[in-house]
Amino acid sequence: MRSGGARWGLRLATLAVLGFIYIPLAVVIVYAFNASGTVSWPPAGFSLRWVQAALENSGLQDAFKTSIVIGIGAAAIAVILGSLAAFAVARYRFFGREAISFVVVFPIALPGIVTGMALSTTFATVDLPLGILSIIVGHATFCVVLVYNNVIARLRRTSRSLEEASSDLGADTWQTFRHVTLPAVRSAVLAGALLAFALSFDEVIVTIFTAGGVTTLPIWIFRSFRLANQVALVNVAGLAAILLSVIPVYIASRLTQDTGGVTGAKT
Amino acid sequence: MPILGSGRRDPHEERVATLTPQARPSDRADAASPPAVELRHVVKRFEGDVGRRVARSVDAAGGARGAADAVVAVAGIDLEIGDGEFFSMLGPSGSGKTTTLRMIAGFEQPSEGRILLHGEDVTERPPFDRDVNTVFQDYALFPHMTVGDNVAYGLMIRKVPKPERERRVGDALAMVRLSGYERRKPGQLSGGQRQRVALARALVNRPSVLLLDEPLGALDLKLREEMQIELKAIQQEVGITFIYVTHDQEEALTMSDRLAVFSQGRIEQVGSPAEVYERPATPFVAGFVGTSNLLGGAVAETIVGRAGTFTVRPEKIRMGEPDAPAGDDESSALGVVRTVVYLGPDTRYIVALDAGAELVVTEQNLSTSSMEALAAQGRRVRLTWKRQHNFAIGG
Repeated sequence: MRSGGARWGLRLATLAVLGFIYIPLAVVIVYAFNASGTVSWPPAGFSLRWVQAALENSGLQDAFKTSIVIGIGAAAIAVILGSLAAFAVARYRFFGREAISFVVVFPIALPGIVTGMALSTTFATVDLPLGILSIIVGHATFCVVLVYNNVIARLRRTSRSLEEASSDLGADTWQTFRHVTLPAVRSAVLAGALLAFALSFDEVIVTIFTAGGVTTLPIWIFRSFRLANQVALVNVAGLAAILLSVIPVYIASRLTQDTGGVTGAKT
Repeated sequence: MPILGSGRRDPHEERVATLTPQARPSDRADAASPPAVELRHVVKRFEGDVGRRVARSVDAAGGARGAADAVVAVAGIDLEIGDGEFFSMLGPSGSGKTTTLRMIAGFEQPSEGRILLHGEDVTERPPFDRDVNTVFQDYALFPHMTVGDNVAYGLMIRKVPKPERERRVGDALAMVRLSGYERRKPGQLSGGQRQRVALARALVNRPSVLLLDEPLGALDLKLREEMQIELKAIQQEVGITFIYVTHDQEEALTMSDRLAVFSQGRIEQVGSPAEVYERPATPFVAGFVGTSNLLGGAVAETIVGRAGTFTVRPEKIRMGEPDAPAGDDESSALGVVRTVVYLGPDTRYIVALDAGAELVVTEQNLSTSSMEALAAQGRRVRLTWKRQHNFAIGG
């Protein structure tokens, strides 16, 4: 048992760390609803004028839509490639199976600057014009792992005997996939897709290298941040970015912490 | 009909007179109706990756190893299982009994040999194209479906019309005493209830053969004993062939019409519970199905009066004072009680014989208290038993 003093010290330290992370976020949210256009404390009062301005700013609107399209595109590629890779590794044996996990996980560990540079060089070499498509491909490289990891973890927890039982009861391979395997992994695929979307939505480094003339929301924020007359708008954009990252991540974590007993063997 | 182990009896040995002759279902059937399940020299080798993994578990259990990287899980099995029979496959883990069951279900392909169901060769057929159903050790209930949908699954796949489906699901759940549980999820059931849902899900399809892979392994002792009785009753009610894999010899002896004892990928003996228990064909069977109580070599010659290896069941031996007389028709030996294990209804004595072997003796605690039983430790005793209970082992 710790002494009272030590326990209070620990609580204060925890609060300090949490405050360090979340107070700046809170500041952004407060300024998004600030009546004044300048960053100064205390805020002048509550107002929706900057939200209104943000909704009317076509540059910001376009950047926002572009980011959503890219996020959905990257998540879609990640779902297809990540799920297929997970199924292959979890359910079949083939040469190089052990290496696949490493190959799939590696891009997320690779510095973004290297990924960006390499992709940019490759796209230039094969004459692929930079734009939304090249950004989607760039984001997909590190988004695949999110779906892959979620799905393979679920497949490993799902007993093989479920698929065997389905087959034993007369279902062919496709029926087994549709009635047993897919329901078992569905929420894991969705969770992976949401995480992939969130990761793509706020990515900056790879985007800079592969964007060409396209402006995504993070890039718009990055550019506008230095312009005095845009500062208030940046806070509103920041709030939008926070929401679009927090909501998918929250849903994803709810989806993956599902009800235990996967095989139903033990109570 | 080749029944393994039946030719191994010692012709000089007295027969156990009281043994009930067990009619084998396949003997009863006329030659025109083939056995429910027939295995012809079935071999299963696991190779490469899987082989190495299986090798680790099999090596620990003393299994057979084949060529480099290949593990022989099943080393040539011939077996016929009759229609309507309750047949158990008994053996320690790694003995090949589960692999054999999985080959009958179609989850594993035999490396050699043929598998026939009612005379039809199904060796190449996938599991969904075989008229057998399986109750899995972990039950394998679909967690996202209700109990009703789980039981209806096989009927749904076969496109049985909904009214008939519902009626049959209701009947199946009633049979396992789970009427009214249709809408529950497997996660809301106890272990014993899940076990019965798994049974209903398999039986609702009216398969010709039901395969059960250690279905009671995850249940506690009391529930297991209840389910043993219930399973046997259900089997008699539906008249389906049950093939039951277990490592629990008591379970196999109480439930089966016949059983096969597996060791290292081979069948050591096939027979009725009484045959296998009273007349084990090999020392392994003697040890696995009961307490081995083996007398071999010089010890056998001294006590039994003949060369060979003999086994005596612990409950056949009487323990008395060292000067107690032994009849002409009795074998006897002097020894010292080394260990006493009090088991409630009976007491088990381990006696070190002067001649050099050890025998286990069990006695019912008819008038003995635990204190008296435990006081026997270290005492000199004479063991006597009828000569006809010296059973010679062929192996």
